[in-house]
Amino acid sequence: MSSSVAGTVSPTRQALRRVRRDRSARVGAVLVVLLIVIAAAAPLLVRLAGQDATTYHIDLLDPNRGNAPAGALGGISGSHWFGVEPLTGRDLFSIVVLGLRTSLTIAVVVTAITTVVGTLAGISAAYFGGWYDAIMSRLLDFLFGFPQLVFMIALGIIIPARFPRWLLLILVLSFFGWAGLARLIRNQARSLVTREFVEAARSVGSSGWMVITRELLPNLLGPVLVIATLAIPGYIGAEAALSFLGVGVPPPTPSLGRSISDSIAWVYTGADPWFLLFPGAVLFLAVLGFTLLGDGVRDAFDVRLRRTS
Amino acid sequence: MPDLAWFVIRRLFGALLVMLALSLAVYLVFYAIPADPARLACGKPCTPDRLEQARHFMQLDQSTLQQYLSFLKGVFAGRTFGDGTAAVHCNAPCFGYSFPLARPVTTLILDRLPVTASIALGAAVLWLLLGVSLGVIAALNRGRILDRLAIGVALVGVSTPSFLLGLLAILVFGFWLNMVPVNGYVPFTESPVDWAWHLITPWIVLAILQAASYIRLTRSQMLEELNLDYITTARAKGAGELRVVLTHGLRGVLVPVVTLFGLDLGGLLGGAILTEKVFSMQGLGDLLITAVGSLDVAVVVGVTLFSAFLIILANLVVDIVHGLLDPRVSHG
Repeated sequence: MSSSVAGTVSPTRQALRRVRRDRSARVGAVLVVLLIVIAAAAPLLVRLAGQDATTYHIDLLDPNRGNAPAGALGGISGSHWFGVEPLTGRDLFSIVVLGLRTSLTIAVVVTAITTVVGTLAGISAAYFGGWYDAIMSRLLDFLFGFPQLVFMIALGIIIPARFPRWLLLILVLSFFGWAGLARLIRNQARSLVTREFVEAARSVGSSGWMVITRELLPNLLGPVLVIATLAIPGYIGAEAALSFLGVGVPPPTPSLGRSISDSIAWVYTGADPWFLLFPGAVLFLAVLGFTLLGDGVRDAFDVRLRRTS
Repeated sequence: MPDLAWFVIRRLFGALLVMLALSLAVYLVFYAIPADPARLACGKPCTPDRLEQARHFMQLDQSTLQQYLSFLKGVFAGRTFGDGTAAVHCNAPCFGYSFPLARPVTTLILDRLPVTASIALGAAVLWLLLGVSLGVIAALNRGRILDRLAIGVALVGVSTPSFLLGLLAILVFGFWLNMVPVNGYVPFTESPVDWAWHLITPWIVLAILQAASYIRLTRSQMLEELNLDYITTARAKGAGELRVVLTHGLRGVLVPVVTLFGLDLGGLLGGAILTEKVFSMQGLGDLLITAVGSLDVAVVVGVTLFSAFLIILANLVVDIVHGLLDPRVSHG
C-alpha cells in the first residue's frame, strides 16, 4: 500500500494493528486461540487419547492411599495424559478439556447476550435521557452493588429440577451481567450524544432508532469490543465459581469449577494435588489469556473505562 | 452542617425505599417456587387435612401479599405461627421461620454471620491497606522494578479465581510448608489468637485478589493527581515530598477508592462465601446452599434479603463517608 492510503485507514484497523504490536496482547491472543481450538476440538482430542470422561478405572487407584491415583503425578501415563481422577479413576485429561469446552461455551454465549442487551440499554439511556435514563441508572446502580452470588445461588430453588441447569446458568449470569456493560456504554455514549454529527442527524429528521444504529453504534464499536473481551474472563470465573459451589453445571457434564471443588478434600490431605493443579492451571490460563487480550484491545482503542460515573 | 444532615436523611430514606421494593420483589419471585413447603413439612402419610393444617400453621394459606405483609411485620414486631400450646414464636427482627430446622431464620443467620463477617471484614481492611499503599508505591516508582512488580501482582490477582488461589495457598502454605492451618474456623470468643491464625490465609488470599483493582486505580489516580497544579504549588512552597504525597496526593485518591469500595461490597460477600467453602468454614454461604438443596424457602428468602439489606446498609455508610470526604457529593 502506498503512503497516501495511510490517512484513510480506519481507526478500527489502526487499533488492530496496535494490538498486534503489543507483546502481552499477543501472548493473550495466542493463549485464547489455543484454548478455543482445544475446547472446540475437545471431543476429538478425547477420542484421540482413546478415553472418555465417564469410564471408571478402579484398577488405576491405590486403595492403600484412600483411592488416590496410583503412580507419580496423579497417575500420568501414555494413555492418561493428565492422570486420573481420585476415587473414580476417570480420565482427567478428558474431564479438563471437556470442562474447558463447557466453560468457554457458557462464557461466550453469556457475553453475546449481555453485550447486545447492555449496549442497547446503555445507548438508549444516553440518547433518550430524562426519566428513562434516571430509571435505568437507578436500576443499574441497584444491580451493580448487589450480592449477586447470593441471588444466583438462591434462584436455584425456584427453578424446577427438569429445567436444564446450563440454560439456567446462562440466564442467571446474563441477568446480572448486562448491568456493568450498560453503565460503561451509557457513560461513553453520553459524551457522543451532544456532538454535532448527532445533532445534524437529528435535525434532518432521523428517527431515534436510526441515530442509535447509524450514528452512535459505529462510534461505540471500540468500547463495546473492549468491554466484551474483558467480560469473557469474568464469566469464565463466574461459571467456575457457581459450579464450585455446587449450583452450576450438574454432573455428569464435566466442569472445571466442579472438578476444583471435588479436589478440596485431596488438597487438605495433600494426597492428590494434581487433581487441583490440572483443572486449576487450565482455568487460570483461560482467564489470563482473555484478560491479557482484553487489556491489549483496551489500550489499542484507547478507551478509558471508568467503573464510576 | 445542615447540608450534610439533609444528605444523610435523603440517603437513609432512599435506602429504606430500595429495601422495601427489593423485599417485595424477592418475596414475589421466591414464592413462585414449584415445591410446596407445607407438603415437605407434613410428612408421610400426608393426608389432605394434615396438609391443610400444615398450610394454615405455616400461614401459606394466606395470599402472597398478605404473607409479605406478615413478613414485614415480623421483621419489626416479630410473629407467631399457630396458637395455643403448639404456637411457635419468632421474635423481632424475624426474617422468617425454618420449619425443617425448627429455628427462626434470624437465629440461623446470626449463628453463621460471624464466620462470613470475619472473613469479609478482615480481608477488606487488608486489601484497602495493601491496594492503596502498593498503588502509591507503584506511582512513585513509575516504570521502575517496584512499579512493574505491583502491576504484575495486579494482573495475577485479576486473573485468578479466589477459590483457586485459596486452594493453592492451602496446598503450599498449609500442606507443603505446614505453616498455617489447612481449614476450619475457630470462634473469636473461644480464642482470638486461633481465630486470627485460622483466618490469616483466607484474608491474604481475598486481599491479594481484590487489592489488584485498587493498586491499578490508586496508581493511575496518584499519577494524575501529582501532575495537578496545586501539587506543583505545594512543592514550590517547599513542602517535603512525603508531605505532598500523603496529605495532598492521597486526598485525591481516597474519593475514587471509596467509590470503588462501595461497588465491591457485593463482590466482597460473594468472595467470602466462596472462601468459606474453600476453607471448610460453615458460614452464610453454607447455610444458603444447604437450604437451596433442601427446598427450605424461608431460609433462602431470609438469607437473600438479609444479605441484600446488609449491602444496602454498607453502601449507605460508604455514601456518607463519600459525602464527608468530598463536599461536592453532599451539595449535589
